Amino acid sequence: MRISVEEVFETVGMTLDHHFDIRTVTLGINLKDCIDRDLGWLIKQTQGRIVEKGQLLNHCATALEQKYGIPITNRRISVTPVSLLLEPLPRKTITAVRFAKALDTAARKADIDFLGGFGALVHKGVTAAEANLIDAIPEALSETQRICGFLNLASTTAGINMDAVAKVGHIIRDLAHRSENGVGCAKLAVFANVPEDNPFMAGAHHGIGEPDFSLNIGISGPGVVRSVVAQNPDCDLTQLSEVIKRTVFKITRAGELIGRELAGLMKVDFGIVDISLAPTTVTGDSVAEIIEAMGVGRMGSPGSTAALALLIDAVKKGGAMASGNVGGLSGTFIPVSEDTGMIRAVRSGALSLDKLEALTSVCSVGLDMFAVPGDTPPEIISSIIADELSIGVVNNKTTGVRVVPVPGAKPGGIVHFGGLLGSAPVMKVSKYSSAKFIQRRGRVPSPILALRN
Amino acid sequence: MPEEKKSQICIVTVTGRDRVGIIARLATAMARANINIVDVNQKIMEDCFVMTMAADIGEATMDIGQIKKQLDRIGRQMALKITIQDESLFKAMHRV
Repeated sequence: MRISVEEVFETVGMTLDHHFDIRTVTLGINLKDCIDRDLGWLIKQTQGRIVEKGQLLNHCATALEQKYGIPITNRRISVTPVSLLLEPLPRKTITAVRFAKALDTAARKADIDFLGGFGALVHKGVTAAEANLIDAIPEALSETQRICGFLNLASTTAGINMDAVAKVGHIIRDLAHRSENGVGCAKLAVFANVPEDNPFMAGAHHGIGEPDFSLNIGISGPGVVRSVVAQNPDCDLTQLSEVIKRTVFKITRAGELIGRELAGLMKVDFGIVDISLAPTTVTGDSVAEIIEAMGVGRMGSPGSTAALALLIDAVKKGGAMASGNVGGLSGTFIPVSEDTGMIRAVRSGALSLDKLEALTSVCSVGLDMFAVPGDTPPEIISSIIADELSIGVVNNKTTGVRVVPVPGAKPGGIVHFGGLLGSAPVMKVSKYSSAKFIQRRGRVPSPILALRN
Repeated sequence: MPEEKKSQICIVTVTGRDRVGIIARLATAMARANINIVDVNQKIMEDCFVMTMAADIGEATMDIGQIKKQLDRIGRQMALKITIQDESLFKAMHRV
């Protein structure tokens, strides 16, 4: 049966009027076979592979963009956790920094805007090479443009590595003070239960269970979902869930089609479709505005958590029906700085850091892109991280933190990061310190939930 | 045996103010590029011209990027919004 005029215009309207796009196509690249005791050799092998595959990714993505008329906004690369590549090399921060710069050069040559994977999995303990990489993070991320870092500090099976959490508070403060407005911190995400196939930055890496190459795709249509919610102002919540499900089915199918074809063109394995709703600062492309269109007075006011839970449940059901390969994070992103509705909610006092944390307990994947005063003590940053990761550990889900301490900023001020990163109101943090709790160190044991065998 | 002709169906949409010669103009441009028009649906909603066209570009003399540029030019000249997208996208999104 031919497609009807109404169906055609529904699809066309999604891209023309409601900002539907393929948010990112991210090629995961295995670099384990490049590991060597000679840093020069490692750099040469790595750069060659990244430039070749990165250029191919851009070329093929542009061809499909024309074929399907759907923008493929970002083309990115994730690599094997860099700490593994550095294992046999000298334990000097300069080694890690040189390698980060080499990755940055390769990404620039391939015209890839972000390359993820400068990080380590340290949820249970830290090797000497991993400790070295963590020490190198402030310098490596502040002296490169396109490199993103991640650290997995906790997991449901291992618990929370509080030694690492305590250290990361200092690392984030240091990184913030090396860049204007602390924006370097936008390139570092810390996690509990980090997925191995997440296509979204800053947390992407090519996991150790992945094949040589894997193409992962992140679709995004907050604008599309907001529009269907707004078109149904009076239906009950069961019906609303149904409407959202159908819409997400359609956009996920588009993502799956384009992802598979792109992987085929590049002759690499197709990985997953990440169905996360990812907002942008473009008007109308906001997750907070979906919640508000559902009837919640302002994002952050009572009802927001329930509305967000319903929204993402519907997104997952629609997405799972559309693709057998849903993976990655597949939750909601509510980055404060990158969503105009979130910015408005914080500025008007409706959304506090505490409520933001509550939202992450149902479906959001973490405290993302929020600004705090630059003089926030490292122990408080570590405490915020520990709280957020414990939500992930206990609920057997991914949670992450991407916090930007803005040097010189006071609560209530607004800081402009520019471009994709938007602008963030500086949020108030508690004046009561939990430094003694953080200084105890050790490992928070894994929850009883982990004993499933 | 003659070689089987390859086929690639695309959906062209046109929206804008109705005026004389829209279809003629598009059809001429497509014929020049050896594009076969397979199906046309059009209606006038109030003053607005809405059309979808299924076109086979399998034997076309230019690729989809160039065709898109041509259509954009016609769109600018006649104040119309024209899109072209591969049909498989619509099938994936609207058929289970």
